Amino acid sequence: MNTFIRKTWVITDFEIRKILHDPTEVLMRAVQPALWLLIFGQVMARTRMVPGENYLDFMSPGILAQSVLFVSIFYGIAIIWERDLGLTHKFLATPTPRTALVLGKALSAGIRCIPLMIIIYILAALLKVHIIWNPVNLIGVLLFLILGAILFSTFSLIIACLVKTRERFMGIGQILTMPLFFASNAIYPIALMPNWLKVISHVNPLTYMIDGISHVNPLTYMIDGMRVLMIGSPTGFSLFTDFTVLIISSAVFVIIGGGLYKRVII
Amino acid sequence: MKIIETKKLTRKFGSFTAVDSLDMAVESGEAFALLGPNGAGKTTIIKMLTTLLPATSGEAYIGDFNINTQPNKVRKIIGYVPQMISVDGTLTGLENLLLFAKLYDIPPGECKPRALNALEFMGLSDSGKKQVHQYSGGMIRRLEIAQSMMHRPKVLFLDEPTVGLDPIARKTVWDHITKLRKEFNTTILMTTHLMDEADNLCNRLAFMSRGKLITEGTPQELKNSINKPDATLEDAFIHYTAETLSEGKTFSEVSRERKTSKRLG
Repeated sequence: MNTFIRKTWVITDFEIRKILHDPTEVLMRAVQPALWLLIFGQVMARTRMVPGENYLDFMSPGILAQSVLFVSIFYGIAIIWERDLGLTHKFLATPTPRTALVLGKALSAGIRCIPLMIIIYILAALLKVHIIWNPVNLIGVLLFLILGAILFSTFSLIIACLVKTRERFMGIGQILTMPLFFASNAIYPIALMPNWLKVISHVNPLTYMIDGISHVNPLTYMIDGMRVLMIGSPTGFSLFTDFTVLIISSAVFVIIGGGLYKRVII
Repeated sequence: MKIIETKKLTRKFGSFTAVDSLDMAVESGEAFALLGPNGAGKTTIIKMLTTLLPATSGEAYIGDFNINTQPNKVRKIIGYVPQMISVDGTLTGLENLLLFAKLYDIPPGECKPRALNALEFMGLSDSGKKQVHQYSGGMIRRLEIAQSMMHRPKVLFLDEPTVGLDPIARKTVWDHITKLRKEFNTTILMTTHLMDEADNLCNRLAFMSRGKLITEGTPQELKNSINKPDATLEDAFIHYTAETLSEGKTFSEVSRERKTSKRLG
């Protein structure tokens, strides 16, 4: 277990150094969520879709989670890239637990998302979203963000190990992201969905992540601290449920990913 | 003492047999080359011995460890330089070495001195702080070899170590491999298409064709074994493998090889 944690950190550590060598990519990623908040959000706010609540408050955590999803879901392409180069072969020939390789990479996907969180918070503050600046809440949001990134990047890695080529991976990535995003409570409450979509939404991990973020996050009125703040949103899982769902699915994905990782080179 | 030994080692891909019931042994301290036309199974053997590819049947031992049942123990005593590029272009040379030092469980205090030593050994001291995408092909290869030697492995696997390099870079890589053998007494198992590479670096060679080992011996023995005065190693290679030569390459293999050559060149 000790080895596992240490090696995971070695992988993450060097992924962070890569980001520091070339931070442009991470910064460019912030453009998309900025557009969602500044354009889509401004227009939709006028529809008063979410009764009794400021739409931007409702939407900001959704956009944060959405950008985590978009960054992470294409993470598998990096694995295919490294395989094409030959790096993966060399990693796999070292005495490193496969799950540590997978989790190390996934964790770094989470770290790539931290600048997004900072930028979205700044934008949201400028848009007068009611943010709770309590450090406990901030750390809570961060935790959900990293868990979400681990979950989706590992999911992405699993797909990469199965499809093995960049072209097929891009196709599948596109097919997956939109349904995950639209069948979640990111930009509209689940209550507004037709029944069949609600079912899909409840099995969608993104829903739980956004729900969790909304709980601890600023962006929604957290007057009573709990779920009610998302007015009209009946998801109402407890924070504990959100966390448990995310952590168990991440663990399962990391184990599956660890098992499949070696197949990417065959 | 035998350090690599295979017993009826076989790998099939569907109905195609890439490595066919191979029996082979390499003594400790040797430099051994596998030569053969494309598709002869050289890379597949290396992938099995480095635990990247499970064997379909048969066994192999590295040191005292079985590749099928003790892969993690095998990984600790081997180093592997794949044919393709295996260092990260975004990281610096030094960082690439530190990364693998840590993955190979070298005590934290010793990682940095060892990485700096390795850079010096490979003549890369001045470039240690540069990102690897600024390196030339020959520098990348030397860094890759240094990276695989961080934990002082007993066996080093080199898959076409100088593919795509210009003659000067090739010579430098050869010099460093020779130096490394002298200094650490590492056993080397390599594949190559270059007869003079095998002749220069290795004390024993094996010719392979269609997944089988056809003959083996010292370069001199192989040259003497064919009935031709002043035979070169190339003559011997053609003699032993010509009748089995085939087109052999798939599109993906060709494209991969060209890509590798382009990146290194």
